[in-house]
Amino acid sequence: MSATGIGAAVRRKEDQRFITGSGNYTSDITRPGEVRAYFVRSPHAHATIKKVNTKAAEKMPGVVAVLTGADLANDKIGGLICGWAITSKDGTPMKMGAHPAVAADKVRCVGDAVAVVLAETLRQARDAAEAVEVDYGVLPSVVDPAKAAAKGAPQIHDVAPNNMIYDWHLGDKAATDAAFASAKHVTKLDIINNRLVPNAMEPRAAIAEYDQGNDALTLWNTSQNPHVARLVISAFVGMAPEHKLRVIAPDVGGGFGSKIFIYPEEVVALWAARRVKRPVKWVSDRSEAFLTDAHGRDHVTKAELALDANHKITGLRVHTIANIGAYMSTFSSSVPTYLYATLLSGQYAIPAIYAEVDAVYTNTAPVDAYRGAGRPEATFVVERLVEVAARELGVDPAELRRKNFVKSFPHQTPVIMAYDAGDYDASLTKAMNMIDYKNFGQRKAASEKNGKLRGIGFSTYIEACGIAPSQAVGSLGAGVGLWESAEVRVNPTGSVEILTGSHSHGQGHETTFAQLVSDRLGVPIETVSIVHGDTDKVQFGMGTYGSRSGAVGMSAIVKALDKIEAKAKKVAGYMMEASGDDIEFKDGKFTVKGTDKSVGWGDVTLNAYIAHKFTGGQLEPGLKEGAFYDPTNFTFPAGCHIAEVEIDPETGKTTIANWVAVDDFGNIINPMIVEGQVHGGIAQGVGQALLEGAHYNSDGQLVTGSFMDYAMPRAADLPSFKVDTTLTPCPSNPLGIKGCGEAGAIASPAALINAITNAVGHENVPMPATPSTVWKAAQGGMKKAAE
Amino acid sequence: MPNVTITVNGKSHTVDVAPETLLVELLREKLRLTGTHVGCDTSQCGACVVHVDGAAVKSCTMLAMTADGAKVTTIEGLANGSALHPMQEAFREHHGLQCGFCTPGMIMSAVDIVNRKGSELDEHTIREELEGNICRCTGYHNIVKAVAAGAKAMKGGAKPARAAE
Repeated sequence: MSATGIGAAVRRKEDQRFITGSGNYTSDITRPGEVRAYFVRSPHAHATIKKVNTKAAEKMPGVVAVLTGADLANDKIGGLICGWAITSKDGTPMKMGAHPAVAADKVRCVGDAVAVVLAETLRQARDAAEAVEVDYGVLPSVVDPAKAAAKGAPQIHDVAPNNMIYDWHLGDKAATDAAFASAKHVTKLDIINNRLVPNAMEPRAAIAEYDQGNDALTLWNTSQNPHVARLVISAFVGMAPEHKLRVIAPDVGGGFGSKIFIYPEEVVALWAARRVKRPVKWVSDRSEAFLTDAHGRDHVTKAELALDANHKITGLRVHTIANIGAYMSTFSSSVPTYLYATLLSGQYAIPAIYAEVDAVYTNTAPVDAYRGAGRPEATFVVERLVEVAARELGVDPAELRRKNFVKSFPHQTPVIMAYDAGDYDASLTKAMNMIDYKNFGQRKAASEKNGKLRGIGFSTYIEACGIAPSQAVGSLGAGVGLWESAEVRVNPTGSVEILTGSHSHGQGHETTFAQLVSDRLGVPIETVSIVHGDTDKVQFGMGTYGSRSGAVGMSAIVKALDKIEAKAKKVAGYMMEASGDDIEFKDGKFTVKGTDKSVGWGDVTLNAYIAHKFTGGQLEPGLKEGAFYDPTNFTFPAGCHIAEVEIDPETGKTTIANWVAVDDFGNIINPMIVEGQVHGGIAQGVGQALLEGAHYNSDGQLVTGSFMDYAMPRAADLPSFKVDTTLTPCPSNPLGIKGCGEAGAIASPAALINAITNAVGHENVPMPATPSTVWKAAQGGMKKAAE
Repeated sequence: MPNVTITVNGKSHTVDVAPETLLVELLREKLRLTGTHVGCDTSQCGACVVHVDGAAVKSCTMLAMTADGAKVTTIEGLANGSALHPMQEAFREHHGLQCGFCTPGMIMSAVDIVNRKGSELDEHTIREELEGNICRCTGYHNIVKAVAAGAKAMKGGAKPARAAE
């Protein structure tokens, strides 16, 4: 292994600019002559818009224009769409209501935009927004997904009677019902997967500029996938043809899914820039982010697990109501369906699974993918069921898992996925050793001596990443293919530029992708640069989400590097008067097989461009190759997290005493970066389990709308984590990579709630397990124990 | 419009500002020092931390006019020319950042913690002292390591030890 090659903990190349304050985030950019945009947003969760009076606002100092939903409709700017078609049980398509970027007739959640003010300064725009008069006809609202489809609930979109977007199912109902009919033991749980606000630290932003001479638009935005943004804004919103729209996503300050989607504000910025013929800059403030960023999770689930007399799992039955919010965000429909129910087999060989999912509109912010997207929800269902089943059966939860693990591969689950490789015993065993499971009883006794409760909880999770084979996802309703592209440009002096369709917003691609190139071409890592996030530079790409950039994005680079090597060998052959087939390439050196004749990388790259050693008839000059890589399967990262907690029964305060994570991510490019991804994922999962919960009151007001009310994990809320790996290489991609970005967030909530319920002796501990919740459960557990 | 005279990273500026202008707005918009970030509107996240007359301040919570006559250090002024400050070096060395957005505030707060609490910082102290800085990427694990190592290096005036691999 070289110091900068695959497997080395190379320090990040991108850090120099971030630690010196030289990053270039969207809000750092100013354009000459720009105006600032500020949105007038609905204070009501559900209301008709009777009248919008902009006259007073237009006369305010510095105001350039005040634009409304009616203006948007007059200019025939199309609405936003959801790009994944889900079909209901009866074969009818999902019922997608219109989503104009500025509401014209009706608002459907607090924060819905009703007008935008453009002014010379942000303060002027904000002041003038106060002067926009909107006459609302307030309607009753519904925020609870479990009540959205009830008789008499307020109707949010006319196209979706009873607010039902789809009622979808997956699996074999008859076989599953039969498994339950003959079950020896059935474990049942009601689960609420709490609603979360992603809260990337950089709020969303958009700057749009119109070039009159070329009738072209440029958008700088905080996007995880600028090409998809361009495609949607061009093809569906109808803003401009793709070749007249450039989207640049520069440094992006975290995404976690929330910056995948195409949002109203970027559409408005583009439209407004063309109308006023000046650059338009919009930067979300945090309060706006809470109201308008797509939220995550928000499931209400009834789940049952059937086991036979030998404690083998024979069936799993799940019914979930998924809150989609007021509008269908870009990929919202796929999250509670194909990213959720397909993972309900967990790490277990389960012969029969049946899942039903009802997706409903409510008067809340849209809900879409948030780190893990569907897979944390599935893992929570499966891992809570298995843990509770073990407790009910009086067996060790680790042993019940082991007994039911998938042990041979490939393994076809009853819910689409074909697991290709894994060793679930290995990660479980390693994690149990790391946390010293066998002596847990002693630690529990010591805690009890001090008047504390102690609990331990497992989560043996699996996820599907490397999203995804295009044909497979197309057959499931995806509106796009999920391949990735790469272009390798080798300069005459031998330095290398990699253009990738992946997008880094914290993942460290500028380092890991360069490690791959350094390893493969034998060139110093300093001579490799990674170009991403600009549709004028990178031809097309699908962006970064679903832990796909290693498994899919880097595989595309490998494919392009294969072509570079093949061509470079031909150049070397002409230089050394040998056949290209006789050239070997190793450590940056081209050698004629069986001889000591060799030329170096820099000589070959220069000769590729000066083209003195071959004719145009023999070989094209230059050294630049591109590739599209379409995966042949999902990848299946899996592992085991174990949480150990100590609880003060007097206060309900939970302290994480110990956390172990053992993950199988396949081959690893940079262990330092992978560990960082695991730490961050666990923190978000701990946040979900202990601290975070987006709460709307019955009037549809978001009462957790700032960092004062919504508990983001702080440093003191978390422990240091013990992180390790096991390895089964992924068989379906050239690097054997599975992906690591979401695992922590997927595994951790179940581990923590399993630990807390183990400590308090009571299964009813909803997330977030705040001190008051845990205190109540502890009192209940102690009461139960006394009876 | 009133003006303020302020020394930022060793350079004196006299700038016209509206009375309601925040220090962070002066830094980012007037002086184009965009390393200081804004991550919230309730003084919680700490992305905007700078040093005013040697003490850490959330620059979103201070009016520019109240900084009249003050000496301000931002993340751009922390390094000594091309030589990084030991705390900057420690954040890189220990992978204490991912997306980089909270990083300037984290580093400025970390330096302030060392100035107040000394260079021998235990994990508990570091975690408690970082209460006013939110990171969504790292889970704080490596930030805590970076602050401890950066603190030691600040004392020694040496580079932080290379992290165990």
